[in-house]
Amino acid sequence: MRIILMIVAMAFGIAAASTQSNPIAARQALMKTNGREGKIGIDMIRRRIPFDLAKGRTVFAAFLDAANKMPNLFPENSKTGGNTSASPEIWTHMDDFKARFAKFAEESKAAQESVKDLASFEAAFRKVVRNCDGCHEHYRVRKG
Amino acid sequence: MLRKLAIAVAILLVVGAGAFWILTIPKSVAPADLGPHTANPENGKIVFHAGGCASCHATPNQENKSQLGGGLGLTSAFGTFYAPNISPDPSDGIGAWTEAQFVTALREGTSPSGEHLYPAFPYTSYRHVATGDLRDLFAYLKTLPAVAGRAPDHLLHFPLSIRRGLGIWKLLFLRGEPGEPNQPMSAAWKRGAYLVNGVGHCAECHSPRNFLGAIVPALRFTGGPNPTGRGWVPNITQRELKDWSEKDIANLLESGETPEGDRVGSSMVEVVRSMAQVPAEDRAAIAAYIKSLPPVEGIKPPPHKHDHDHDH
Repeated sequence: MRIILMIVAMAFGIAAASTQSNPIAARQALMKTNGREGKIGIDMIRRRIPFDLAKGRTVFAAFLDAANKMPNLFPENSKTGGNTSASPEIWTHMDDFKARFAKFAEESKAAQESVKDLASFEAAFRKVVRNCDGCHEHYRVRKG
Repeated sequence: MLRKLAIAVAILLVVGAGAFWILTIPKSVAPADLGPHTANPENGKIVFHAGGCASCHATPNQENKSQLGGGLGLTSAFGTFYAPNISPDPSDGIGAWTEAQFVTALREGTSPSGEHLYPAFPYTSYRHVATGDLRDLFAYLKTLPAVAGRAPDHLLHFPLSIRRGLGIWKLLFLRGEPGEPNQPMSAAWKRGAYLVNGVGHCAECHSPRNFLGAIVPALRFTGGPNPTGRGWVPNITQRELKDWSEKDIANLLESGETPEGDRVGSSMVEVVRSMAQVPAEDRAAIAAYIKSLPPVEGIKPPPHKHDHDHDH
């Protein structure tokens, strides 16, 4: 458990370090972590890997971390470059964009605290990942 | 001499205009062609969700997907199309339409007033839907709330603003039956092919289009530039999905999850919201058909500077 937390903390540390210099790389790193943790969540729900409560909490911890950091990673000078998939709509709807992350953070935190078994994990996971879709629908542009 | 030439030109113009007029006459389905049918709105609801009707026709900026007041703008290379009101409102929606007019719109792309509809409304696919399913869909739409208000008129560049010209487009691109498979296929596969190529109209976004806005048949399902002009729609042939199982495809349609832990974005989010509401067997049928699409390389998206599988 402690080792997992350390690894997660280190991963976040690396992401944080690159935040200042390159917001595009930083948000891509956070989304990669979300994808990786999300896959662990899906694999547990689909019984491809055994359910592990600590792992389940870590999934929501990663989401929470990303939700807290992402809103600050879209400065005006990061609209293009670095192979970004960010839609220009983000900067014209910044209030909505940030509000969506606030909701994502709130629900991730609640999920992290309430999860106790596979059933509660699945219910919480399904609810929380709806936030992904709400944002990806409007603010992510697939490039290829 | 000059006089003869003028007469010849005048005759050609008249003949040309006459030919254009005849060739572009909008087709329709007569009420007598429909035959007896007991409408099943429950089946119509499945057709409704498999077609994702709400994706375009639901009133924008509100949560209730049964409010089909229209008004959503679809930007394209040809201008902006506004999805019309298809709620049962008698003056602004389809409340006063007859069943034959409804079937005509979906099958022939012809409005009740006898005008061509733009193929932004994908009747190119809907014409392959069984008449019984179309009639059930009509019955289901009638059970939804009437919403007042009309969508704005389309904003199209000349000469596309002249609807009559669409008759030529239909002659060129509106096809009858989709091809039959070479070998006998399972019932699930056939159901999948029917849903994908008919009401599901998957190819309408997942295929590149020519300069006239028609799907390039050889590159069907290979993806291409998003019709809205921003981003790229993925190739869904086995070229791209060879590592996906049928279960993976069905899972994506239900939950939006890719096997890699990513999630769908853009307009596919709304497609999944609809597809999640069709019976699981239908999602499995769609998956069986999609999994059978032979690998075809599509046109190349603009080059990447770096390779990120989950970039943002």
